[in-house]
Amino acid sequence: MSTAEQPVVERASIEVDVACVGFGPAMGGFLTTLSRRLMNEDGTPTIESKVLPGMPLQVICYERADDISFGVSGVVTRARGIRASFKDLDISEIPMAAPVTSEKLVYLLDPIGASRRSFAIRTVDRLLRSVAKLPHHAYELPYVPPFLHKDDGFVLSIGQFNQWVGSQLMSGGNVQIWPGMPVSEALIEDRKVSGIRLVDQGVDREGNPEAGFTPGMDIHAALTVIGDGPVGAISRDIDSKLGMPPDHNVSDWAVGMKFVIELRPDVDLPAGKVLHTFGFPEPEIFGFMYIHPGGVASVGIFVPSWFNCPTRTAYRYLQHFIQHPYLWRYLEGGKLRSWGAKSLQESGKHGEPYLVGEGYARIGECSGSTNVLTGSGVDEAWTTGVQLAEAVIDLSKSNQRFTKENLAAYEQRRRSSWVESEARVAEKARDGFHGGIVSGFAGMMLAAFTKGKFSLGKPPKTPNENLQSATEFYRSKLNPQELAAILQEAETKGTSLHDTLMDRSGWPQILHDGSLLVSHQDVLLMGGKVQAPPGFADHVIFRDTGVCGQCGTKLCVEMCSAQAITRSLESAPNFDREKCVFCGACAWNCPETSNGKPNLQFVAGAGGLHSAEN
Amino acid sequence: MSNQFHVVVCASVVPDPLQTLEPITGSTGPALKNELMLPAILDPWASHALFEGANLVKKVPGSKLWLVSMAPKAKLQQVMMTVAQKVPLQLVALDGPSGGFVDSHQTAAALAKAVAGIPDLDRSRLLLFGGWESASRSAGVTLQLVGEQLGIADQFQGVDSIKVNDDGSFEVLERVEGARHQVSVCIAPPAVLGWATGSLGEPRNDPQVGMQNMRTIMPSLQKAIAAPISPDGLQYSNVATPKQQRETVIVKDKPTDEIAREIVQWITQE
Repeated sequence: MSTAEQPVVERASIEVDVACVGFGPAMGGFLTTLSRRLMNEDGTPTIESKVLPGMPLQVICYERADDISFGVSGVVTRARGIRASFKDLDISEIPMAAPVTSEKLVYLLDPIGASRRSFAIRTVDRLLRSVAKLPHHAYELPYVPPFLHKDDGFVLSIGQFNQWVGSQLMSGGNVQIWPGMPVSEALIEDRKVSGIRLVDQGVDREGNPEAGFTPGMDIHAALTVIGDGPVGAISRDIDSKLGMPPDHNVSDWAVGMKFVIELRPDVDLPAGKVLHTFGFPEPEIFGFMYIHPGGVASVGIFVPSWFNCPTRTAYRYLQHFIQHPYLWRYLEGGKLRSWGAKSLQESGKHGEPYLVGEGYARIGECSGSTNVLTGSGVDEAWTTGVQLAEAVIDLSKSNQRFTKENLAAYEQRRRSSWVESEARVAEKARDGFHGGIVSGFAGMMLAAFTKGKFSLGKPPKTPNENLQSATEFYRSKLNPQELAAILQEAETKGTSLHDTLMDRSGWPQILHDGSLLVSHQDVLLMGGKVQAPPGFADHVIFRDTGVCGQCGTKLCVEMCSAQAITRSLESAPNFDREKCVFCGACAWNCPETSNGKPNLQFVAGAGGLHSAEN
Repeated sequence: MSNQFHVVVCASVVPDPLQTLEPITGSTGPALKNELMLPAILDPWASHALFEGANLVKKVPGSKLWLVSMAPKAKLQQVMMTVAQKVPLQLVALDGPSGGFVDSHQTAAALAKAVAGIPDLDRSRLLLFGGWESASRSAGVTLQLVGEQLGIADQFQGVDSIKVNDDGSFEVLERVEGARHQVSVCIAPPAVLGWATGSLGEPRNDPQVGMQNMRTIMPSLQKAIAAPISPDGLQYSNVATPKQQRETVIVKDKPTDEIAREIVQWITQE
């Protein structure tokens, strides 16, 4: 049916008091705190709805994913904010959760000789090997810096935690949470946010109406709460339309990718064991292993945007990481239960947007709450949600409107809390990494021990400014002719480069065992397959395909966590929604621009991973 | 109107089949590994029944639709977040087990009691819908038993279509051997219809439907009827997974003939 033949379908709208975007730890904190204070014991509302007089505040939350448990995170958290919300928390009620029982910081040497190590790092490696026995090519540091400590905290699965929080909220019945419902944009007029618009349904891949077309509903609200994570469509929409504070921008990112692995029966690692690693598979890549109850481990890596590799796929690196002898002695023979990836907004305060505006407030990772020094985001996100809820309750009880001025009560709470004081210490802690690994670690220690008074490095570069060409990056491993031939072959065949380049630069091929080491395509089917419901438009859009044709790096292809973006013999890459896990890395990796914006547009979309264990 | 229907859909909750499901022997018998941690969905077979029921109610003014579902309350809450966005319904919630190895007779008794207890239900207009098969409770036994306990004699299993006639009778297409349908005409309710796949796709999520449903779903969940099912007296003599196991692979643009050949080869492996 052509567009001209389509019957006109009116856009529906409803009014609520509070519209929320995204359900994660920040929204969990917000809704948990708010929902407990909406009703009196006698069943009368403490705060009366403006849209349904006589009823309690009408609060509705829309989550993009098909279930609120489909999040991804490697979580070890001190859980200060979470415990303050659940004073009698019995952690065993939350599946896969355990108190931290031990914590180690481990430097992983390169047992293969394939990673790119600077002269300084090679010197450290030689020194370590000469003075210490390192049977597993790893050095356990005798000391974990206090800023990294989580020894009073918990190991969690973010999926199970979100599911547990959601069930508490649902059983209370005071707020509504709707998964499987992406939000396409904020309703903004005269710099005031008056609600949100849900995505259109019944459309083709390009968003053109098809049979059953239903325009996304407008949800008008006095307050819009945005907690849509690091690459949320609404956060970026608001930043684009209302701007960022002066000198603030999000320049540092990372892709976090993890496996959930069922350990073989003879591996007796205690639940709550926490390992932080660095040094392998590349010096720029940090890693972790957390042990859950029942012989299950979360193992993952963070590939930062300041890693200048132009073929920075995380999947292949993660497979090498788990095979490091220090970890492989535990993981060999294990079974992959689940897999996932996400972007991390690692700019912290430097990337903090306006926390409040007319009719809206930002919480969680989309508000720059992740602390890159302590490596902690869930507890910070939760706490910002609690702080906003407390402000909203106060404002509602005193019958004040949700203006920018009034919502500053949330900002004040946040500024006077540990979230802010620790964020200030962390503000420049990672700037040194833009000058190299050694200066990066030195900068972190300096910032931590001087409480943020001193740091190393300059203001961070954008991901694209850090990027080297394949020729530069691999010049010590591959000669120019060999590299040119590989590039030519990729162009001709429409394949990605990273596997070939890693194979040819000394990384051993991955020997698939069908259980733990599986192909990048097969992992999409492990423990919660990727879904792409029909009737929704593609959420990865190439604005100007001509620009894509001239792109030299095809970075969107090379870094895609799920091989959902692939090279095409046409000008623009192919995008396969059925493989996308919504890690959002393409949103910040595109090196090309069109009309001043990244040429790759990552918008609201439906589907993604169906795993509740990540 | 004389041909209004009171459609009651019995639907269980099952683990999302997209998960890796691993059978184990638990303390009370066969179970799935980590079942409580897995995300859940409404049984796909019963979902078809729900969508067909909602479609019927929409077409026949004055009709009503109830969803009777038994599962651990927390799971039911989780599933309702999605189901409630699909079609207008009234929920009757039973807080009980939802595993695939629960005694069908006890389950049916609990469901029949809940159906019989629905206020405003006119049993002379009752169409009891459910899944012909079930992803958790096997070959339609439970639905058949519910019907029997409610004293409903007209039962149809493997239903693909219901067509209402002007006189209030309805024509039912049931699947029979040989990829054919048996056509029956039922003069009037009550009747049991165990649905196969029907012909309707899954409705899109509709925020308005969700909000409308929540007004009745939340109170129902909060007042969920306790339905303890005792494992006493049950013996599981044999539980086995299908011998033919197929590893899922993603392959695009494969010729249909080749897909058919592979499937035939797989089915005839044994």
